[in-house]
Amino acid sequence: MRKEVIKLMKAFRIFGRSIRDAAKSVIRNFSLSFASIMCTTITLLLVSVAIICAVNINNATKSIEDELSIVVYLNKDITEENIENIKADIESQKNVEEVVFKSKTEWKDEMSEYDDTFSTVLNYLDENPLSDSFIVKVVNVDKLSDTALYIKSINGVDVVKYGEGMVDEVITAFDVVKKVVAVVVIALILVTAFLISNTIKLTIFSRRSAIEIMRLVGASNLTIKIPFIIEGFIIGVIGSIIPICVTIYGYVVLYSLLNGHVFSNMIVLLKPYNFVFYVSGILLILGAIVGMIGSLLAVRKYLKI
Amino acid sequence: MKFIELKNVNKVYKNGVTALADVSVSISKGEFVFVIGLTASGKSTFIKMLYREERPTKGTVMVGGLNVGKLRNRKVFKLRRKIGIVFQDFKLLPKLTVYENVAFALECVGMKSKDIRPKVMSALERVGLKDKVRSFPGELSGGEQQRVCIARAIVNEPKLLICDEPTGNLDPKTSKEIMTVIDSINKDLGTTIIMATHDKDIVNRMKKRVLLIEHGILAGDYAKGSYKTNEGI
Repeated sequence: MRKEVIKLMKAFRIFGRSIRDAAKSVIRNFSLSFASIMCTTITLLLVSVAIICAVNINNATKSIEDELSIVVYLNKDITEENIENIKADIESQKNVEEVVFKSKTEWKDEMSEYDDTFSTVLNYLDENPLSDSFIVKVVNVDKLSDTALYIKSINGVDVVKYGEGMVDEVITAFDVVKKVVAVVVIALILVTAFLISNTIKLTIFSRRSAIEIMRLVGASNLTIKIPFIIEGFIIGVIGSIIPICVTIYGYVVLYSLLNGHVFSNMIVLLKPYNFVFYVSGILLILGAIVGMIGSLLAVRKYLKI
Repeated sequence: MKFIELKNVNKVYKNGVTALADVSVSISKGEFVFVIGLTASGKSTFIKMLYREERPTKGTVMVGGLNVGKLRNRKVFKLRRKIGIVFQDFKLLPKLTVYENVAFALECVGMKSKDIRPKVMSALERVGLKDKVRSFPGELSGGEQQRVCIARAIVNEPKLLICDEPTGNLDPKTSKEIMTVIDSINKDLGTTIIMATHDKDIVNRMKKRVLLIEHGILAGDYAKGSYKTNEGI
């Protein structure tokens, strides 16, 4: 028991000294540390822009897709019982998320509100010329047209509308955009990791004699690695400060300049608060982790003898 | 069992050069042994084998009960903590002071700061550098830098001190002073010393056991004081 306590105390002392040594070496090798920090800063800025674009594009496509629905007009002579049956039939489909009944009276009221001319014309007629309908939301918009086709085949269904043609094209376009953005973000993160680890390698290359001496005087490999890993962590964290500030300030300003949407009301930007903090968190963690891994990889090279 | 024991040690480098061939030798605790030989004779390989900078291709190297050849990379530090090493090129950390350089060896092991101080001071006193603790290596002469290196090697009170041509870069007068320090470590602390050297004057004067290595073969093992010629250096 006592032995283990002593071992633990030793480990703590080594860890404490590692933090001190790491901080010292960031300062003593300032020009190289500065290069690593700048490299981290620039690549994290790019990553930040990519993440913000990706999340916003994803969000916009998702909200547009959510708006997509199938409108099912029923035959004029439909009975109450038939309506229930058709609703049950549509709901039994896997791809159907929600079915809302909209009676012809509701349509009439809505259209009357929308335009006075409609109201006049509709009131002129004795009978409501509109049809009862369902508004169907789907789970997967890719299968929108399949679901629409099925609904059309149900007995009692008159017309099915889902913005054919145009919808298919929009969905395909969104799919392509999403994939491209995902690839760009992943590629950028990889490039960041590679660049940072390479720059840190340079700083460690200049200290390979120190590593050699550490080994010769009996430092264990872990004791040698820890200060370098902490140094990578410090560089990563310092390097993420500027990108975080730019992200928070820049996005808030951009949001208020554009009034929260791009091009048209269709593409709505995410609200800045909380979102910018999530992105900042990602940048901080990314910087720290990439810094540590970069250092670790670089030191390992000099520990193989 | 002997403190250091080499049995049928062979070393062939990757490029096909045979550095050592069938070397067997044993050294007792507290001995002072010179290892001599021409450049490229295998002398350095012999020394490097002892602190596991090189591994034998065949045969076994035992140091203080550790099978050095079988030691994994991760475990090398266990051997290094038991031995002190002095180099021709000092290998001091230029950005640390004399005190920090010597204390470094103890910090790596995780010793308490308050235990480190007296040990470092006594090691520096032994090599006669107590008044230079705050200097940086660049501010010292070659002889003084070598003393720092010796202080660092002995601060952990090792059983074995390996010296790889410690006087190679020094003038005869300074060499003599360094040898006095090394000899006193052997006599006062009972530390086993193995020293590779080119300096025939030192070998002739000190009258210690001498191992002569020629073309990778142990060509001669001369008992204390029996080596007198200049051959092989």
